[in-house]
Amino acid sequence: MPPNEVAVPGRLYKRHSLAVRVMHWINVVAIFVLVMSGLQIFNAHPALYWGESSYTGAGPIWEPGRFPGWITLPGAQWLSMGRRWHFFFAWVLVINGAAYVAYAVASRHFKRDLWPARGEWRTVGRSIADHLRFRHPGGLEATRYNVLQKLAYVGVVFAVLPLLVLMGLGMSPTFDALVPGWVELFGGRQSARTLHFAAGAVVVAFVAVHVFEVFVTGAWNNLRSMVTGRYRVPPERAP
Amino acid sequence: MERRRFLGRMAGLAGALVLTGCDRLSRTTWFPPILDRAETLTRTVQRLITPRNALAKEYTEKDLSPTFRSNGTAEPDDEDYLALAQGGFADWRLSVGGLVEHPLELSLAELRAMPSRTQITRHDCVEGWSAIGKWTGVPLSAVLARAGVKPAARYVVFRCADPMDDTDDSNYYESIDMVDAYHPQTILAYGLNGAPLPVPNGAPLRLRVERQLGYKMAKYLMSIELVESFDAIAGGKGGYWEDRGYEWYAGI
Repeated sequence: MPPNEVAVPGRLYKRHSLAVRVMHWINVVAIFVLVMSGLQIFNAHPALYWGESSYTGAGPIWEPGRFPGWITLPGAQWLSMGRRWHFFFAWVLVINGAAYVAYAVASRHFKRDLWPARGEWRTVGRSIADHLRFRHPGGLEATRYNVLQKLAYVGVVFAVLPLLVLMGLGMSPTFDALVPGWVELFGGRQSARTLHFAAGAVVVAFVAVHVFEVFVTGAWNNLRSMVTGRYRVPPERAP
Repeated sequence: MERRRFLGRMAGLAGALVLTGCDRLSRTTWFPPILDRAETLTRTVQRLITPRNALAKEYTEKDLSPTFRSNGTAEPDDEDYLALAQGGFADWRLSVGGLVEHPLELSLAELRAMPSRTQITRHDCVEGWSAIGKWTGVPLSAVLARAGVKPAARYVVFRCADPMDDTDDSNYYESIDMVDAYHPQTILAYGLNGAPLPVPNGAPLRLRVERQLGYKMAKYLMSIELVESFDAIAGGKGGYWEDRGYEWYAGI
């Protein structure tokens, strides 16, 4: 049975375009590698500082020790290999991200599905309460992103990931010479490193919540919709 | 519920497989060169958008790190070097050779008599830390001008006094291209924070390449060689750490 273009409760309909599905899974691989190789790089000097330099007399602001090998890439201490993975997939993330933004704007995916509609902003409070009680919309409502979901996607795509890339570049001595003074806007090179780490932690938190929601709202259905594009509209929820 | 547990297990299994897979890929001969294409891309793009003489930021005295951290070799394990250090480097000479019109042997006094540049810059180590120091030295461009670089020269190779392990010919070395060699902030530094360069920081002479990471800035310089290619030198990757997997282009 071919999927419906229009959503009908209990039936499959085409939820995600091929472009979105492909870019989503490229992103999964890139973020997976970037986080783990990033921790490998962090382990070479496991301390974070604020300001331009690490040696000001003030000492680090955070010194957690090394991350265990099972969450670093490679598993053993191997900085040069971690950097090679990291910079390759940084390009993958940036190119894929730019393609996604161009697609989302050109196809109106951004305006139609991601940016909260005018009246939606007022529903944030209710949406938070719904999430905390694991009350998930049924029926046709489930075919649209809820306002928190929209804000999370928009925030990660347009704020957290760009900041992450920018702070990554802020650690590049050549890039700092290109636009003198810009990295100081963020407090300096070591601040950029700290913010890069913090933004990475936000991405990890986003992924954790995202995967959690995927599971509690129907793992199989959600996973299928991101693989084949087809999503089964849940039945209307009993009032 | 069955499905959910199945999915969870599959995800865990996939995760474990991917991890061992990535580690295994890192140890193959064919995969890392694919990752290395990113280095070429980064170098090409950074060189394209960065003006040739764009300067690294220079700081003020109040930004100086109280002590400038020494990393890597703190004192070369080499009898000849230690003898030179004992004599205050009076007998030390920097040899400049390879693809040059006039090979040179320069003493520390001769280098100090040449034009000098002092710059307060940030040193970024590949490990992640930064320190700020005031460097005084002779611009590499001035030394190259005196030696007369032949047109075929494409790289400057720096050879150092510090052996990195017990094997023969394990001395630290580095190389940069002519863009960085002629950059105004690329200097051969003999002074740190207003004093002669201390031994832990590379006495009597070290390289400063301010738009790249710390490992490019070779310490304990003994000779400079202009070459067309560094393929035949040591591991062939253009530097001690490069031979061990680090990027030749350390602008990021």
